[in-house]
Amino acid sequence: MYRYDEFDQEFVNERVAQFKDQVRRRLSGDLTEEQFKPLRLMNGLYLQLHAYMLRVAIPYGTLNARQMRKLAHIARSYDRGYGHFTTRQNIQFNWPTLADTPKILEELAEVQMHAIQTSGNCIRNVTSDQFAGAADDEFADPRVYAEILRQWSSLHPEFLFLPRKFKIAITGAPQDRAAVQVHDIGLQLTQNAQGEVGFVVFVGGGLGRTPMVGRKVRDFLPEKDLLSYCEAILRVYNRYGRRDNKYKARIKILMHETGLDALKQEIETEFEAVKHTFLDLPREEVERINAYFAPPAFETLPAVSENFEAEKRATPVFADFVHRNLNGHKAPGYASLTISLKPIGGAPGDASDEQMEVIADLAERFGHDEIRVSHEQNLVLPHVKLDDLPTVFKILQANGLATPNAGLVTDMIACPGMDYCALANARSIPIAQEISQRFHDIKRQQDVGDLKIKISGCINACGHHHVGHIGILGVDRKGEEFYQITLGGSADQNTSIGKIIGRGFPANEIADAVETVVEAYLQNRVGPEETFIETYRRVGDAPFKEALYGTV
Amino acid sequence: MKVITANRLLDGEVVWLGPDGKWVEVVGDARVFEEASELQQVLQSETVSEERQEVVGVYEIEVAYKDGRLTPTRLREAIRALGPTTHPYLGKQARPESPAA
Ligand code: SF4
Repeated sequence: MYRYDEFDQEFVNERVAQFKDQVRRRLSGDLTEEQFKPLRLMNGLYLQLHAYMLRVAIPYGTLNARQMRKLAHIARSYDRGYGHFTTRQNIQFNWPTLADTPKILEELAEVQMHAIQTSGNCIRNVTSDQFAGAADDEFADPRVYAEILRQWSSLHPEFLFLPRKFKIAITGAPQDRAAVQVHDIGLQLTQNAQGEVGFVVFVGGGLGRTPMVGRKVRDFLPEKDLLSYCEAILRVYNRYGRRDNKYKARIKILMHETGLDALKQEIETEFEAVKHTFLDLPREEVERINAYFAPPAFETLPAVSENFEAEKRATPVFADFVHRNLNGHKAPGYASLTISLKPIGGAPGDASDEQMEVIADLAERFGHDEIRVSHEQNLVLPHVKLDDLPTVFKILQANGLATPNAGLVTDMIACPGMDYCALANARSIPIAQEISQRFHDIKRQQDVGDLKIKISGCINACGHHHVGHIGILGVDRKGEEFYQITLGGSADQNTSIGKIIGRGFPANEIADAVETVVEAYLQNRVGPEETFIETYRRVGDAPFKEALYGTV
Repeated sequence: MKVITANRLLDGEVVWLGPDGKWVEVVGDARVFEEASELQQVLQSETVSEERQEVVGVYEIEVAYKDGRLTPTRLREAIRALGPTTHPYLGKQARPESPAA
């Protein structure tokens, strides 16, 4: 894992000291709220409905046990005993006080964490595949490049005041688990005919008010050009991005208005100017960063673990669990384990301080001290021996962390919605909870199979509803919560934006409507091997419309 | 019927303007404005000024008596007055003095 060098640490410490002083000046009245607000936002501190909210960056979703324990400690000592993991692979604390925040940031700095670049019109925390460095289908570890991008973008003087926020995602596997095509820049590691490493580059993806799938601007960008090419994209965006209208300021709008060919041309021209400058990425630098992400020393194990297989035969709940919550690992005898933060009826993405401690312990004892946060609001132990899984499972089970639903209908994304968020039009969490209750029966969930439901409480789309197989958007209809359904969205290598199926539903009917959609899928699928999204793509929205609204 | 609300600067706590010009933590204790002119006068006065370093984000909301209790009419404001609907043990609703507790 990447460790701060002296420069990083000094910089973060300075920022904490600076913010401490700013809070002091705010409380003494030397700074007005108007002056202070941008400063607190630059340090990840928002004001929500009930209290302040602190958003802490988890670069590319990677944590070690010590860091997780620190988050648990913050949840316990400064918050109300829990934290909320988000679709940006960050964690949010919902109840800190302004007075405590400098202290919290000091504590975070002790474990090389901070809340910088989690807000504002800058390049945000780079996100990645939660199975990075472990997945059996991975081509190269994307975190190496995510870290290089982090170092380049952190406080890049030119890019601190962009027209709008800017998000980069990177994946190292053909199976895209990082939703790269709905980011401002999406990078997919690849290899050319000569066996050299490079990237497929997408630009202008994004969700929110105007959802767009990123457009491919490069089939193959050589590794050494990564920074100069990104620099060129950012410069073009900085120059032409619309600062006059917040709703049109993202690069996706620039792409849409300028057109792919013209914008590509602009980027290439700028790239010619930037190329071969100090931004050239030397192989040695990649190697240096690579060393931080060197895989742990895996034991040489048989691919099949007797212990694991025996437990599967003996304990059906264990079999259910590993059937869904494991992902193939590159080292034989290992797996990546998804710890679902979606217990039946729970708030998606919430973890208590005790649960965080348990996961930290497990990571240390059984997981080479690594933990990941997925953009689907779950936690992952990327490197666990199959032999150890029966023990790990028992510990998870004892702590309410063994929900066997990864990728199933109850593994929903839901944003905080109107229960917390000042921008919300409707609640998200209670809707997720009700749907979760409806589908609590694991056999029914397994029968439905892979299905992603994503819920946002307003058009900002933090809950990624546009790319949910079933998307739910909360709107305000004459002061009442009302929910629109979109179908057919997807955020993997075949990214698509969901289509609104018809008129929306009030809060007390939305779970019924989702059940109706799921039933329509079951009736229309060729067989259990055809997933929801495949069926939808084959039959279109007509059968779903009819199921929801009757024949029109 | 309206009341004036804000968040307390120090801890973000949801507060409403009370009858004596102090900020109160329970909506039932808030000063109720029947007259628009009176409300505007107070909103523009020193009493609610952010410069006093007490609160941020001052605005007015609609309230009504529901079961004899002063309650914000919009859901968003009702949630602010009680706490997250998903965590009944958190926020104002969990406090002993709360009618919802
Ligand atoms: S989608 Fe809207 S309601 Fe949900 S967290 Fe984002 S801004 Fe808040």
